[in-house]
Amino acid sequence: MSQPLLEARDLTKNYGTVEALRGASFTAYPGEVVSLIGDNGAGKSTLVKCLSGVEQPTGGTLTFDGEPLILNSPNDARGLGIETVFQDLAVAPDLDPAANMFLGREILKPGVLGFLGVLDKKAMRRQATEHFTRFGATLQSIDVPIAALSGGQRQSVAVARSVAWASKLVFMDEPTAALGVLQRERVLDVIKRVRDEGIAVVLISHNMPEVLSVSDRVEVLRLGRRVARFKASETSVEELVGAMTGALTQEDAA
Amino acid sequence: MIEDKTTLSAVPGEPRTSLLKRLTSANTLWIGLVLLVLVATFGAIRPDAIFQVTTLQFLLAETAVLLVLSVGMTFVIITSGIDLSVGSVLVFASVASAMAMNSVSGGDATNAGWGVIAFGLLVAVVSGAAWGLLNGLLISRAKIPALIVTLGSFGAAQGAALLLNNGSNVSGIPDRLNRTFGSGTYLGIPNIVIVAAVVTALGALLLSTTRFGRYTYAVGSNEEAARRVGISVRGHLTKVYLLAGTLAGLAGFMGNAFFRVAVVTGHETDNLNAIAAVVLGGTSIFGGMGSVLGTVFGVFIPAVLEKGLVIIGVKEFWQPIAVAIVLVAAVWLDQTRRRARNQR
Repeated sequence: MSQPLLEARDLTKNYGTVEALRGASFTAYPGEVVSLIGDNGAGKSTLVKCLSGVEQPTGGTLTFDGEPLILNSPNDARGLGIETVFQDLAVAPDLDPAANMFLGREILKPGVLGFLGVLDKKAMRRQATEHFTRFGATLQSIDVPIAALSGGQRQSVAVARSVAWASKLVFMDEPTAALGVLQRERVLDVIKRVRDEGIAVVLISHNMPEVLSVSDRVEVLRLGRRVARFKASETSVEELVGAMTGALTQEDAA
Repeated sequence: MIEDKTTLSAVPGEPRTSLLKRLTSANTLWIGLVLLVLVATFGAIRPDAIFQVTTLQFLLAETAVLLVLSVGMTFVIITSGIDLSVGSVLVFASVASAMAMNSVSGGDATNAGWGVIAFGLLVAVVSGAAWGLLNGLLISRAKIPALIVTLGSFGAAQGAALLLNNGSNVSGIPDRLNRTFGSGTYLGIPNIVIVAAVVTALGALLLSTTRFGRYTYAVGSNEEAARRVGISVRGHLTKVYLLAGTLAGLAGFMGNAFFRVAVVTGHETDNLNAIAAVVLGGTSIFGGMGSVLGTVFGVFIPAVLEKGLVIIGVKEFWQPIAVAIVLVAAVWLDQTRRRARNQR
């Protein structure tokens, strides 16, 4: 395979006396969907937080495109084209979808007004509408607060927002957890479309059939370590569950 | 043809809610109507007394100072914070500014010129800003709850103001200041009201059209979300409290111009009046929602009630009771609406 896009080696993360990661490794290649699975408490969310700059690992190394990488904040990751859809969505419920999509990246009016910090709301609304349509997030209205949308629509907005800004890699922490069947299909569809544009997707999920249907590769985390790596086409739900519960280990995985 | 239409409606081109619908769903409109009904009711009972130029002038001028405080408070409450210190900061700025003007004029600034007045304005604004900055830093950096920090500066600023002049009012406000900004009018509108109106308009623009305003809503709506998209939440909170303090300083200077004396008492409940005005105006005490226009209505409802009740001969003691009922009802409505919305 080609050079890894993002590689983590022997990451450790301690919260006080709790060891959330105990030498976890992780690899993502360009333009693939790789799923990160593991039982509750295996350290998936912590690993994603370390890889997206939300938390700083206690030990271990990261490389990105072959270069050593240190992420001090989510902004560092975003600067490299790495975006994250968090499990708790992290949208501002009182702002409308367009405002949420452009939050932290507002378009300002040209000229003096822009210098004064005046927003170009029209341009943002137009671009947001285009973008939402492209990624199949159908909203009946672009200017109602997010809180007035259904759970699925909120999720679509969060996913669409991250995908809009990612140029290299997107982390998706349980992006389908709260969704109905139809919306779940749509999100999976978005994942494939993003991959086809050459962007790597890291999917965290509990849903094994979903993982197998959408991923190219699967990496398994257990007790803060990587315990197995599979090609999605060559494995089965039984094998994945075996790796997650510790019934099966690969010697070379860590 | 018909098929064309169905496809068009299925593809959301730019699905904007109509202006009318957006207006009627906003709290601001209803609060504005309440104010209008109040004015109309009192006006119908005593048109001679209510629609008198002097009555209106006095009502506006008295309310101008509170309005400036409330504009700052609107920003603070939208971030889901609170600022209890505004009245004390106003007193501190007012005393500091009056004493500064006196001291550069050899003890009595009554006949001082514009240079001294400008210096007084600077002192008022800077001392207000300093208290605001202190509040902001303690809240955003030291992570002490805003309620406690500003309760502390509420006491401290009042105490400091009393220390400055040994507990007495400061006289010697320049005549020129009082004549122009205190009692002067332009086309019948008191100049102090024009100043307040300009500040309010700038505040409204800042909140509704700029990135600063957008971040204010975002921080109040979901602080964590704001942080994750890279907004400096700490920096923004500091700026918001700084703004509230600066406006309190300006309000102190306006008070000096209007009353011709820097008074050390009588502002103990300014903070509560400003909070009540902001909340009456439809700004959510839980943060993330609100408007400066609503605050304008919220400032005038208690003021109109007070004046109106006096004029139609009802004991003015009813005014705080009436305001209290409207206030609690407003928060209750906001809460029910939020709960209904968030349950989807």
